[in-house]
Parts: sequence; C-alpha cells; structure tokens
Amino acid sequence: MIGGEGAAKWQRLHPLSPLVRVGRGLLPLLVLAALSSIRTAHGDRLQYLIWLAVAVLGAVFGTVHWLVTRWAFDGATLRVETGLVRRDSQQLPVARIQAVDLVEPFLARVLGLAELRIRVAGAKSAHHLSYLSHPVATDLRARLLATHHGLDQSVPEPDERAVAVIPTGRLLGSVLLSGPTAGALFFVVLVAVLPSISTAAAAAVAGSLLIYLIGLGQGIWRRFNEQYRFTVALAPDGIRVRRGLLSTVSETIPIRRVQAVRQIEPLLWRLFGWCRLEVDLAGVPGHGRSGGSGRVTKALLPVGPLASATYLRQAVIGPTEPHRSHPPVRARNKAPLSYHFLAAGHDETIAVAVTGRVQKVTCWVPLEKAQSIRRVQGPVQRALRLATVHVDVAGKRAGAKFRDRDIDDADALVEHLAARSRGARRRVAVEAAVSGPALLAPRALTGIAMASPPSSAPASAPPPGWFADPARRHQARYWNGTGWTEHVVDEDRTGVDPL
Amino acid sequence: MRLIEIAVVGTVLAVIAGSLALSAGSSTAALTSVVCIFLCSGAAWWFVHNRFRAWGYLEREEDLEVRRGVLVQRLSVVPYGRMQFVEITAGPVERLFGLSTVKLHTAAAASDARIPGLDPDEAARLRDRLAALGEARAAGL
Repeated sequence: MIGGEGAAKWQRLHPLSPLVRVGRGLLPLLVLAALSSIRTAHGDRLQYLIWLAVAVLGAVFGTVHWLVTRWAFDGATLRVETGLVRRDSQQLPVARIQAVDLVEPFLARVLGLAELRIRVAGAKSAHHLSYLSHPVATDLRARLLATHHGLDQSVPEPDERAVAVIPTGRLLGSVLLSGPTAGALFFVVLVAVLPSISTAAAAAVAGSLLIYLIGLGQGIWRRFNEQYRFTVALAPDGIRVRRGLLSTVSETIPIRRVQAVRQIEPLLWRLFGWCRLEVDLAGVPGHGRSGGSGRVTKALLPVGPLASATYLRQAVIGPTEPHRSHPPVRARNKAPLSYHFLAAGHDETIAVAVTGRVQKVTCWVPLEKAQSIRRVQGPVQRALRLATVHVDVAGKRAGAKFRDRDIDDADALVEHLAARSRGARRRVAVEAAVSGPALLAPRALTGIAMASPPSSAPASAPPPGWFADPARRHQARYWNGTGWTEHVVDEDRTGVDPL
Repeated sequence: MRLIEIAVVGTVLAVIAGSLALSAGSSTAALTSVVCIFLCSGAAWWFVHNRFRAWGYLEREEDLEVRRGVLVQRLSVVPYGRMQFVEITAGPVERLFGLSTVKLHTAAAASDARIPGLDPDEAARLRDRLAALGEARAAGL
C-alpha cells in the first residue's frame, strides 16, 4: 500500500491491478494477434506495430487509471476517487451499504488479488474496488460490515455456519441430467440410425449436431465453472454463497430483500430427489443480466437434496408451512397433465403454490412482499367455474399462482390475500420501526434458531448473531458463536454493556 | 363503481368500412362487401361495447380494484402502498375524443392496472388521489 497506514488516509489500489484490468481485455486480443500472425506467415511489420501500439495504449491507460484512483475509509464513509479527465468522487455511507461481495477473477486470483464489490441502497450499479490484495480486501470487507452493523471496526466478521457444500459429482450429474443433454442424446441416436436410411440427411444432421454439441459444451462448462464448489452458509447478515472454479465469487444474499423462494424439481432430478432452490431479490443492483427492474433471480442451492432445500428455505422465509389444498377435480378437464401437482395454500404470512408437470415448481411468497393480487378467468375456466389467482411480486416473473381454483374460492381468496398482505405489511413495518435498521431480519434469526439442521449439516451451537439479550436489559445482544459479547442494541443505537 | 367508454375503435372501424365500400365500385360485389363489413363492424361494435362495459375500477379504502375483459376476465387488486408511480397517457385518438388513460405501476411487471378512457379531469383527480394515498401508505420492497 502506498497511501500510508492510518484508516482515514488515502490508499491506492494494488499496483498489479492495471495488469489484471488490462489483461482481462487483452487476452482475447492477444489470441487474435497470434492467430493473425500465423496467417500472415511472413510477419507483416505494420501489423506488429499496430498490436504493439494497442498493448502500449492499454498499459498507459491502465497505469493512469491506477495513478488517479484512490480510496479511504474513515469509519463512517468509504470514499473512492477516480478519473483523470472527469474526476469522479464517490462517498459510500456505511449505513446504506447492503452487501459487500468479494470477486476474484482468474487472473486476479493467480496474482493474489481480489475485487470488492459494494452494493449500496438506491444506487443503479455496484461500486467496485478493483483490485486489492486479498488480505486487504477481506480486512476492509470485515471493517465495512462491522461498522455497518454498528459494531466497533475491530469486531471480526461474524462467523458463519456452513449449511451445504455441493459435491462436484452431484453438480456434474445435475448439469448432465438436464433437458439439453437429453436433446443431444436424441440427436446422437438420430445420427446413428439415419445412415441406414439416407446418407445425405445423416451428414446434415451430423453437422447441426456438431454445432449443438459445441453450444451444449459451452453451457455445461459455464454452469460448472460458475457453480463449482458452491458453498452455502448462514450468517447473521444474510446467506453467504461462495462458488467458482476459475474465478471465485463470495457474496451475501440479504434476507430482507428476498421477494419469493422457488423450489424447482425437473423430471430427471426427481429420480434422485434433487431440486434447485432460487430466490428472487429486489433492488439489488450489480448482477443480473436484465437491467431495468433491478431484480435478480439467484440460485440459493443449484442442486441439492430436498431436506437441505427445506432447511434453507425455512432460514429465508421462516418455518411456517401453510396447508396446501388441491383444486377441484373438474380442473382436470382444463389441465389434464399438470393437475397432478397443482396445489396451493396460504396462512397469515406466506402463500405457497405448486405448478408444473415435467418441471415441478413450488413457489413461496411472503405476503408482505405481494405487489398486487390478480384473478384471471379464461373462457374454458368460466365454463368449468374455475379461476386462477396470482400473487405478484416485484420483477418480471410472476409470483405464486393459485391455478384453477373454484370460482367462489377464488373470489374469497382475492379478498383474503389482499387483507392478509395488508396485515403482514403493517406487522413488518412495526417490526422495522421497533428493531431499527441496524438489526437484521428478525424472522431470519428465529427461522435459523427454530429450524434444526438436517443430519448432513454439522450440528453445533447457535450461529453467531444478534439474539434477545439474556439479561433482558437490552433488546438484543451479540452472540459470537461461543459466548455472549458486550455489544448490545437498543432501538437503532448500539452500545457496550458487559453481561 | 364507474363504467367508462372506450368505444373509439368501433367508430373508426365503421368509417374505414364506409370508405372501403365506396372505392369497391361494382354493384353486387360492393353490396356484399358492404354488408360483410357492416356485419363485421357490428360484431366489433358489440364486442367493444361489451369490453367497455367490462372495464371498471373501484377505489377501496386500502387498495384499488380494476377489472376488465370479456373473454378472459381479469381482476387486479393493487394496494395503494405498492404503487411506484402513476402515469396519465393520452394517444392521438384518445385526445381527439378528449379521453386519457391512467396507468399504475408497481414493482411487479405482471400487475397490470390500467384504466383507459377517462375524462381528463377525472384522470387528474384519480392520479392525485392515488399519488397521495400511495405516499401515505408507501412501503419498501
């Protein structure tokens, strides 16, 4: 570090960061250059000069960017300044930080560097600090998070409790047992059978098979690379996810921002009792390919046994499981295939709905997150006196779908759900007012405390986090995993009071 | 509960039908085509009329209820606190007839609450009322 040692002093990024920054963009260029130099075997001097100029330009830009970028953290605000021509100064108040992710692209990882991605409420995209040396990055992250939770900077990052690690074998199996691979198998059989009928057709099919296989291989590789050693851990500030083969990502999913939880069981996976668990997040900028709505769907568990998924889900949206009921039997006329799984139910806080036949999808929506309730009735449904009720949540994909309910039920359901979501919203608003922004999702904590881990997870003492003060002098006290600390919270201010 | 007209489309269709019939020329063909077109526009008018009768909105204490549709009937309940913003639009045809549309936007793309064919004064009143109610009951994501 060049900027000195004090916490508020300006510091530079790691000196090697321009190399990584430029190198990532340069790698394809270098490949291109190598290819073109092979083609023009005699060595076109002008071409070499062009490539050299590009490389030098990149290096100069990278170095200048490094020279003019600096950051400082004074315990309340993280300041980042960058830009030579257009000076850009960012102030990130710690209180508004939502999550701090650690990303290590392959090149950075080789050099022992890491990128810090800071998501702030209300910002369009994440703020990046790329790159810091790994220890500096983890240290800064711990300090940011500790300050954010109103603790002293020296309080280390709360320990987390690992819930699930996806074994490589299972990941590979899940990737291979997907629809596209089944399609490839069909293709291969076609190619094997066709020559006996027509050689020309077989050649054509073989050609398209090749293209298909390349695409398939890319897809498989991407999923494998992204989800390799997917580790889920519960921490007081959310769910920590670590994953990646070449480039690793370590991120935190803030539980409060979860809009809906989906459990997806494709046909082939059901043979093994596997499922995928996804969460819909709202207003978390920085990832998700579709811009605009700022909503992302994230895999909480790319593949895993049902027990693990249930445990994780309960940690996210609480342990309640509403009673599910099936639509009336006459709905079979309208949905002969999917009737098999169709079910839905709700209680005071959560709505749950099951749809799909080949791919069974179960969707849980906390009612306080409902954006609107809709009843839709098509002509066939009207003839059968049925209607579908939707509980919409933020984002493009619809939330829970109560398919083909009896019309009278549906009418009552709309009123019920509207009233319940109103009640749930009020309750959450009151809870938020009581607990203050520094406290973490209370439901998540109770969920973790109440649910017992499945047998595969390591059973241990309660995970570190904020819990009700055993001395009853304060609202909450910090439990570090082995004992109570002196850190307490009242309303939204923190304090120190030894137990 | 209020019922509001959107039967603009029907009128336009009838005008087009008339001009088409004039340009058609020959007698029998023209006659049949005119009859056909009038039948079609009649059916369209009937459809649009029903559609117009199916539109409706109800301002309730905590939420807004919007219903629409003849073939596929839809009913949306949108809590005031969930509205992100309220929008008034008026296309050229709508402006010709002095009408405007109020659109409610929530964070969910699926909750389509649109009230077309409002009198501009009524639209402005509705917008102000919804905005005020939304502000009073706003809730975060």
